[in-house]
Amino acid sequence: MHEMSLCEGVLQVLETEAGKQGFSKVKRVILDIGVLSGVEIPAFEFAFEVVMRGTLAENAVLEINELPAQAWCLMCAESVTVNARYDACPKCGSYQLQISSGDEMRIKELEVD
Amino acid sequence: MVEIEQNILGKNDEYANANRRFFAERGVLVLNLVSSPGSGKTTLLTRTITDLRDDFDVAVIEGDQQTTNDAERIRETGVPALQINTGKGCHLDAHMVGHALEKLDPTPGGILFIENVGNLVCPAAFDLGEAHKVAILSVTEGEDKPLKYPDMFHAADLMLLNKIDLLPYLDFDVEQCIEYARRVNPRIQVLQVSATSGEGMDRWYQWIGMSRQMRLLEHPELLAGAGANA
Ligand SMILES: Nc1nc2c(ncn2[C@@H]2O[C@H](COP(=O)(O)OP(=O)(O)OP(=O)(O)O)[C@@H](O)[C@H]2O)c(=O)[nH]1
Ligand SMILES: [Mg+2]
Ligand SMILES: [Zn+2]
Repeated sequence: MHEMSLCEGVLQVLETEAGKQGFSKVKRVILDIGVLSGVEIPAFEFAFEVVMRGTLAENAVLEINELPAQAWCLMCAESVTVNARYDACPKCGSYQLQISSGDEMRIKELEVD
Repeated sequence: MVEIEQNILGKNDEYANANRRFFAERGVLVLNLVSSPGSGKTTLLTRTITDLRDDFDVAVIEGDQQTTNDAERIRETGVPALQINTGKGCHLDAHMVGHALEKLDPTPGGILFIENVGNLVCPAAFDLGEAHKVAILSVTEGEDKPLKYPDMFHAADLMLLNKIDLLPYLDFDVEQCIEYARRVNPRIQVLQVSATSGEGMDRWYQWIGMSRQMRLLEHPELLAGAGANA
């Protein structure tokens, strides 16, 4: 999708945090990306390298934790794991699911100098 | 290591919240129209404006990668329209909309339509500060689009199924399409319309009217509509 704009979003956060917390170089960026976020990981990795060139995060290592999606099945009355918004419950086949997580796009941790 | 736990689109969300505050203070109803290219957003808008402009103050922000054609089509209806060209960008973001507001200055109690860039993927992730995303799907696109682009139909509160005048010539299963949309978003409302024949448009106008009333619960003095503020 818009991996370039997402990486620009990451850079904005890094620059703001660098000002607040007083660091000048980012060596590692750790992200949480949910499977429902729509982010293409290979495209994101490519965009990350391009966008970070010439910035405080040039050559930073990118680590992505891919998070599964959880949904509450009204039929089974329990939490199940799904891979897409249109998935049926893996246990009972019902579509009566309420998705509770999986669309995360979060910067979790940084290694800085 | 420093923990930061920040949303990647946090900056956009901040701008979106600033826009949202601006709209709330002025009692402006903002609808963000999203769809694939050519599903009929501008046609639907020009007809809607022509039918509603006597009742409400309307303004439009048009997002396209190139050209000012759509803004010109809107201006022909007599309402103010501002074109944002996103260039390579595949969506509008909240910062661009914030800048547009400086120039457009929507009337208190009015309605602002934002026609997003024709794209069923990226605009889903970018909050502009709108009250509702309205997804437009035309029947020539196939009934499986809600499953192929679930994020957009998940983010929308209303789906307008457009070009229903063409149904007799197509093999499009309306019920199946609505079922798919509900599968990705159980709360979504669906209205069937034709922006060219006008069929079903009344219900869309009712939906707009009711959304505006909700918006104006805190601004009863603005409810009377266009001219109330003149
Ligand atoms: N038959 C029929 N044609 C329609 C209808 N609505 C729009 N169209 C036609 O669909 C084509 C595209 O319409 P536009 O309104 O330009 O679509 P759009 O979504 O604004 O397109 P972009 O801004 O380029 O993404 C035009 O030829 C319209 O006349 C409809 O309800 N029925
Ligand atoms: Mg258009
Ligand atoms: Zn189940």
